[in-house]
Amino acid sequence: MSVLILVEHDNKEIHPSTKNVLSAALTMGKKPTLLIVGSQCNNVALQAATLKGVEAVWQVDNAVYEHQLAENVSKVVAELADSFQIIMGGSSTFGKNILPRVAALLDVAQVSDVTAIIDEHTFEHPIYAGNAIEKVKVLDEKKVLTIRTTAFEPVAMEQEACCVERINHVVPLTKTQFVRHELSASSRPDLGSASIIVAGGRGLQNAEHFKMIEQLADVLGAAVGASRAAVDAGFAPNDYQVGQTGKVVAPVLYIAVGISGAVQHLAGMKDSKVIVAINKDEDAPIFQIADYGLVGDLFEIVPQLIQELDSART
Amino acid sequence: MKILISVKRVIDPYVKIRIKQDNRGVETQNVKMSMNPFDEIAVEEALRLREQGVASEVILVSIGKDDSQETLRHGLALGADRAIHVHTEKSFESLNIAKILQKVVDDIQPQLVLMGKQSIDGDNNQTPQMLASLLDWPQATFASSIQVEGDKLSVTREIDGGLETIKVTLPAIVSTDLRLNEPRYASLPNIMKAKRKSIDKIELNELNLTLKQHVEVLNVKAPPARSGGVRVESVSELVNKLKHEAKVLG
Repeated sequence: MSVLILVEHDNKEIHPSTKNVLSAALTMGKKPTLLIVGSQCNNVALQAATLKGVEAVWQVDNAVYEHQLAENVSKVVAELADSFQIIMGGSSTFGKNILPRVAALLDVAQVSDVTAIIDEHTFEHPIYAGNAIEKVKVLDEKKVLTIRTTAFEPVAMEQEACCVERINHVVPLTKTQFVRHELSASSRPDLGSASIIVAGGRGLQNAEHFKMIEQLADVLGAAVGASRAAVDAGFAPNDYQVGQTGKVVAPVLYIAVGISGAVQHLAGMKDSKVIVAINKDEDAPIFQIADYGLVGDLFEIVPQLIQELDSART
Repeated sequence: MKILISVKRVIDPYVKIRIKQDNRGVETQNVKMSMNPFDEIAVEEALRLREQGVASEVILVSIGKDDSQETLRHGLALGADRAIHVHTEKSFESLNIAKILQKVVDDIQPQLVLMGKQSIDGDNNQTPQMLASLLDWPQATFASSIQVEGDKLSVTREIDGGLETIKVTLPAIVSTDLRLNEPRYASLPNIMKAKRKSIDKIELNELNLTLKQHVEVLNVKAPPARSGGVRVESVSELVNKLKHEAKVLG
């Protein structure tokens, strides 16, 4: 049973989620091969080679893969998948865009958002916005999986670099063209991998007040999240959104401010280790899952909290 | 251009689901059902493209039991021109749904297939990508904006960390994300008109497909419950507990 991992990267740095996907692969008992498809991505290959537990790194490097579009990357993965029983990647927008296409090329099923690996045929994953867990047995010889990264601890250690093999393989892009990226600039930790997240909801009332959430995040060294209501109302950009239709996070500490706790939001954060809720409505559903709840006016509580944490820090 | 939209009948998003006693699935008997919310966004986008004069015909397709026709009727009431119901009593994994849709696409020959990015029951987010793969068409997933530029579509996609814009040559598959648009409500005259619009019923076995089972569901269970928490009275009590009891603050 051998495993191929499609690595997410930006041609310069390996995405931290690779460590979680690698850890999921290692639970199956065999060292995986990491596949890097990109353009001028030597540095990514070097980083990948030193991750603990990696057997080999395959680097497919060509200008046609610069933006890692699904149309040609999926073909590369499918064509290199011959000797592997399991092909996996993270269940980020990158993995979700490409891996179902790979599965269809291989004529096999794909299991999305795997949260537990029972054995090499049997997997668990959440359905209905995390309100149920489905255990499935894949009947195909080859399995294609996307891994919910927050369900697996990242591999911690580094190793002596394993061998990097460069594969010359070009699948031209004909029908799709990259135009541009608009990435939100932020110096805070990435929402997906932050150990503390402070999230704001509709209770903040406007974008100006939402800055309080950012201040609180900054004293904690935390990432900033938002509920769908806050994003839809324009308080925060859409990549802040935590929930079924946004990001699924599982930090050590999640502080929900002015968030009532709709099912769609809870699906994205209820696997956090410790949840704190600050809300003026004591019947808000968020209190049913919060470890620590504070009922009151967030416009009084949050500044106090910032002050208390700030004075403790200095 | 002709636009095909796949729509799925799912448990209404505001219903709290119940897991069946035998742990074989989720209770759907006597539960309010509705059109998958991402599919409603796809229908809305197609109607807007028709209003702009870009689309000539908006065709819906749904795969499932006879009650799928209710979902199609809802789409017709929103303004779609006609509908296709592929009738089957069985439910299928994404790959087989994509294969059934491929047959419908071969028959209808649309220039654009609009689909929700995921259904809110299985949460798989696979079928659009799989259909694009089977057809060897370009895909634009998680779309938050679509512009038609001649024989191409310029699509802005919601990706982790921001937005990405790509251009795809038609015919193409586009999957819709939440912020693409806000779906309209069906008006009463349109609900009346929808009753006269046609739904073509096709039996799945008429499509001459051999569908192999790829996945077996072993069981469905409730997620582990979180233990009830405590109420704190003040900010200092909260900070104190986070530091000394939960030990999550340094």
